[in-house]
Amino acid sequence: MSVEVRTYHGRQVLKTPVWTPEVPWYFFVGGMAGAAAPLALGAGMSGRPALARRAWLLALAGVGISPVLLISDLGRPERFHNMLRVFKVTSPMSVGSWALAGFGTATAIAVGGELLGLPGGAAAKPVAAALGPVVSTYTAALIADTAIPVWHEARTELPFLFAATSAASAGAALTLVTPAEEAGPARRLAFAGSAAALALLETMERRLGPLGEPYREGDAGRFGKAAKALIGAGALGLGTLGRKSRAVAAASAAAVLAGAALERWSVFRAGFQSAEDPKYVVGPQRERVAARGA
Amino acid sequence: MSAQQRMGFFTDTSVCIGCKACEVACKEWNDVPEDGLEFTGQSYDNTGELGASTWRHVAFVEQGSADDMDFRWLMSSDVCKHCTSAACLEVCPTGALFRTEFGTVVVQPDVCNGCGYCVAACPFGVIDRREEDGRAWKCTLCYDRLKDGLEPACAKACPTDSIQFGELEDLRVRAQGRVEELQADGVAEARLYGDDPSDGVGGFGAFFLLLDDPEVYGLPPDPVSTTRDLPDLWKHTALAAGALVAGVAAALVGRSR
Repeated sequence: MSVEVRTYHGRQVLKTPVWTPEVPWYFFVGGMAGAAAPLALGAGMSGRPALARRAWLLALAGVGISPVLLISDLGRPERFHNMLRVFKVTSPMSVGSWALAGFGTATAIAVGGELLGLPGGAAAKPVAAALGPVVSTYTAALIADTAIPVWHEARTELPFLFAATSAASAGAALTLVTPAEEAGPARRLAFAGSAAALALLETMERRLGPLGEPYREGDAGRFGKAAKALIGAGALGLGTLGRKSRAVAAASAAAVLAGAALERWSVFRAGFQSAEDPKYVVGPQRERVAARGA
Repeated sequence: MSAQQRMGFFTDTSVCIGCKACEVACKEWNDVPEDGLEFTGQSYDNTGELGASTWRHVAFVEQGSADDMDFRWLMSSDVCKHCTSAACLEVCPTGALFRTEFGTVVVQPDVCNGCGYCVAACPFGVIDRREEDGRAWKCTLCYDRLKDGLEPACAKACPTDSIQFGELEDLRVRAQGRVEELQADGVAEARLYGDDPSDGVGGFGAFFLLLDDPEVYGLPPDPVSTTRDLPDLWKHTALAAGALVAGVAAALVGRSR
């Protein structure tokens, strides 16, 4: 984007988002938990009890940490319950709050059934498995539904990218902790999620063209590069030697986990960078006006 | 009693003298806290921008050079646009932001939990979170004064009637007349900003007459309410959630090891 735009004393047009580092960590942890739930249900149904138990526990751990991260991001944490004061389909944060509340409740009941034999587990499991993927992807809708140029313009790819990184991180985490006899599905999920994430990043960058510049610069660029390298290396390991060697699988899974977390950070930082430079806000709008005039 | 009309502002920047009486009157009436006494070095503007504790902001632009006497000042009092399609209100998850009977957009401070979504959603960078307080704040178009039949404090204080308050329909007619008058007088660059109900935010409840491109005043040239694209975005999100389930199902096919 080399066009000189006119600005008011070079000041930014948009406000920088006020969201704290808890937010990208929530995207990572909540996304992982959301993808773990359907894997847990499927593992249980297909006779892989060790994988199922670990996946339910991963979902529970993630959904337990998530509200803590989200509440600590609020300007008025003591008013967190106002998130459930209304239900608004025009607000992805409202939809997400309800989805997370439902997912957390269902996952807790599912784990109670799975580990302690408490009642309700069988009914709660499919509910958790259905709500989990919503929790993994609504966060993309949340950031894309803003005025922040690199988030809003990436609205076609971001939900799929978040689905892919969620799948990759849940698969990778479970590859690390599941005995080899049942780790196959987790390893395949980590591999497929990683491959999909890399393909989506490529598609997104090509389609955005010059608009995507903030994804390549500063912190966002550094995090993004590292994320791609780690996810790529991890996928390679999981798809080849990792199928035979526990050690290679574990190292590859750790790389995928780190890469998936860094990818969320890259997207998060790119949004801040695009808000802070008025050229990313004014430039594309000026082009739209010119195109309409032509 | 007749139905309440939508109320708004028409800010005619061609008669703004940069006195900042609007900024002061707003702070006084609304009890908005002090938010920094800084020297910016940016012309006569030491306010900088709209924010949680700045609900009117006078912009100062110096154009040309004084040496060859080809110089002009642009001054403009900026404010919340009270959009027809207000992204801040639409994304607010608590319902703290609401549409009043006057068609204006107001935050309820007793409901806001400071999630910050409105801050990222506003295409004008108007609303912000007050750090020492944790909640989001912006212009209320003096909701309390309107309820008592008074005009907002900034409009009341404006000595040149650059800030005009009234029924939005009337203001649009008046603004059209004013821009035609200016153009007939040779001010070819006079244009209205935000008066068109077919723009990306459905028209502003507070619109402007400008003498240069909006971005020169720090305003976006083609603002769009982000929720315009939300139906499409939800569709993609649902597809992505479905793809995630399909991916998990596929990973479960095959051997366990």
